[in-house]
Amino acid sequence: MGIAMADNITNETIDYVSILAKLELTGEEREGARRDMCRMLEYIDKMSELDTEGVEPMSHVFPLQNVFREDEVTGGDGSGDTLKNAPGERENMFLVPRTFD
Amino acid sequence: MEKSEILSLSAVGLGAAVRSGKTTAVEATEAVLEQIEEYDGEYRCYVTVDPEGALRKAALVQKRIEAGELTGPLAGVPVALKDNLCTAGMRTTCSSKMLENYVPAFSAEAVRNLERAGAVIIGKTNMDEFAMGSTTETSYFGVTKNPRNPQHVPGGSSGGSAAAVAARECFFALGSDTGGSIRQPASYCGVVGMKPTYGTVSRYGLVTYGSSLDQIGPLTGNVEDCAVVMEQIASYDRKDSTSLRREDTDFSRALVEDVKGMKIGIPQDYFREGLDPQVRAAVLKAAAVLREKGAVTEEFDLSLVEYAIPAYYTIASAEASSNLERFDGIKYGFRAGGEEGLHQMYKKTRSLGFGPEVKRRIMLGSFVLSSGYYDAYYLKALRVKAMIKEAFDRAFAKYDCILGPVAPTTAPKLDASLSDPMKMYLGDIYTISVNLAGLPAISLPCGTDSRGLPIGLHLIGDSYQEKKLLRIAYTYERTGGVV
Repeated sequence: MGIAMADNITNETIDYVSILAKLELTGEEREGARRDMCRMLEYIDKMSELDTEGVEPMSHVFPLQNVFREDEVTGGDGSGDTLKNAPGERENMFLVPRTFD
Repeated sequence: MEKSEILSLSAVGLGAAVRSGKTTAVEATEAVLEQIEEYDGEYRCYVTVDPEGALRKAALVQKRIEAGELTGPLAGVPVALKDNLCTAGMRTTCSSKMLENYVPAFSAEAVRNLERAGAVIIGKTNMDEFAMGSTTETSYFGVTKNPRNPQHVPGGSSGGSAAAVAARECFFALGSDTGGSIRQPASYCGVVGMKPTYGTVSRYGLVTYGSSLDQIGPLTGNVEDCAVVMEQIASYDRKDSTSLRREDTDFSRALVEDVKGMKIGIPQDYFREGLDPQVRAAVLKAAAVLREKGAVTEEFDLSLVEYAIPAYYTIASAEASSNLERFDGIKYGFRAGGEEGLHQMYKKTRSLGFGPEVKRRIMLGSFVLSSGYYDAYYLKALRVKAMIKEAFDRAFAKYDCILGPVAPTTAPKLDASLSDPMKMYLGDIYTISVNLAGLPAISLPCGTDSRGLPIGLHLIGDSYQEKKLLRIAYTYERTGGVV
């Protein structure tokens, strides 16, 4: 499966990934990000040497099952303390920039 | 007791002295606060210190000890917490501008366990931003210096916690370990650090970096303290869906000076190129000491070592990019000003709120999870992880523990690491596979190099086998490193 991506990281790739990451990179940062990603992928591409045919991807080391329980209120109303951390707050609600015109 | 006499005690030693009335929780807290006053201007172990709160708490704890309500080993003992552990009412920054003013409404379960045990929280320690880094230099609040030699880094990401223990600015500390972030700074600062089996300590209230890898653990002055702190923080917690129900968390019972017949595997792949000769010599000498005490050592090939870093950085970055989506400037944390609309606000907030290393990993993570690359990178990494786990399973069919170095070198100089991130990542080569496989491991001092910088001994155990590690570590520590 060895795709050597490291050479193929273009400015367009970086622009696309920064949309996914919700980051706005300045010109200099953008070039740095491209360089860094090339170097890291070059290294990460080493994984393609390994034959992993037939190996199940392991997301968790222990077999995990969903744990179900009743959805009961245990903590009480913490809205006051929670809203104290909000960058913007009005009438017990989070204040956000205009979303719709 | 005199301040210097108090500060010479271990955490367990102090707990005993408080219970027997030789000193008090308040005296101990004052001693630590004075020590911070004297040294933290230089070392900068702490992001936040809460003298009034700590003294108030100490007085309360002292009353409860005298009333016979608190009888545990850590009652009245001052503790420092890595600043990614949520503390109700005390700001929790992750050493990031993003959370500079964040004051949690709840405490991490591990913190609550310590509070129930009567430990006194002194403050929050410096770390690499969002635990991403190996030097504590990516902190928004400036670098922490290594108390063993202030021209060197303390390691990271739990560098502030390790340094605070080394500088006697607390009696023990908690850190978190995603790829070595407890063990490597413990090694650099000459203290003991343990990463427990994944799921042993609840992650509730730990600001997450790589959820499948993160685990909270102790940084302490000796192995006994490590076992006792482990015993207090390990608990099943329904608030963490990955929490394990364990019956065998009476870790202090493992403090037995006896390794006769225990089988220790020494992976040859951990002693190849890149390893500093002085580190190599000190670690092999420690193996010889354990042999002298009756352990059986054998060299073997662990295999796949060189694939651990690529797999780790793929998985950790993927999880980080997903986990850090929550920092969007809406409910808490930093928000960049301007009224350009919601999406522009998200982007500005994240671009100005995160530092370079965090952005680097979010970008990489977003890439490896993106359509078209998910299979080739993310799923590939999960397959490599499965193979690494199997390699450990094969080793633990033969050995009680694996012994090696914690890091290839002793602590680097300040400002020497960040210019080359790849080089910094390679320093994690011996520690990260432990996180991928969810295993427990301990780092403890085993000597110093010619510059006087501490060297760490790394003992890795099979899942649930912390007690074997503690027993071997305790036995080694009791020899003083001498055959």
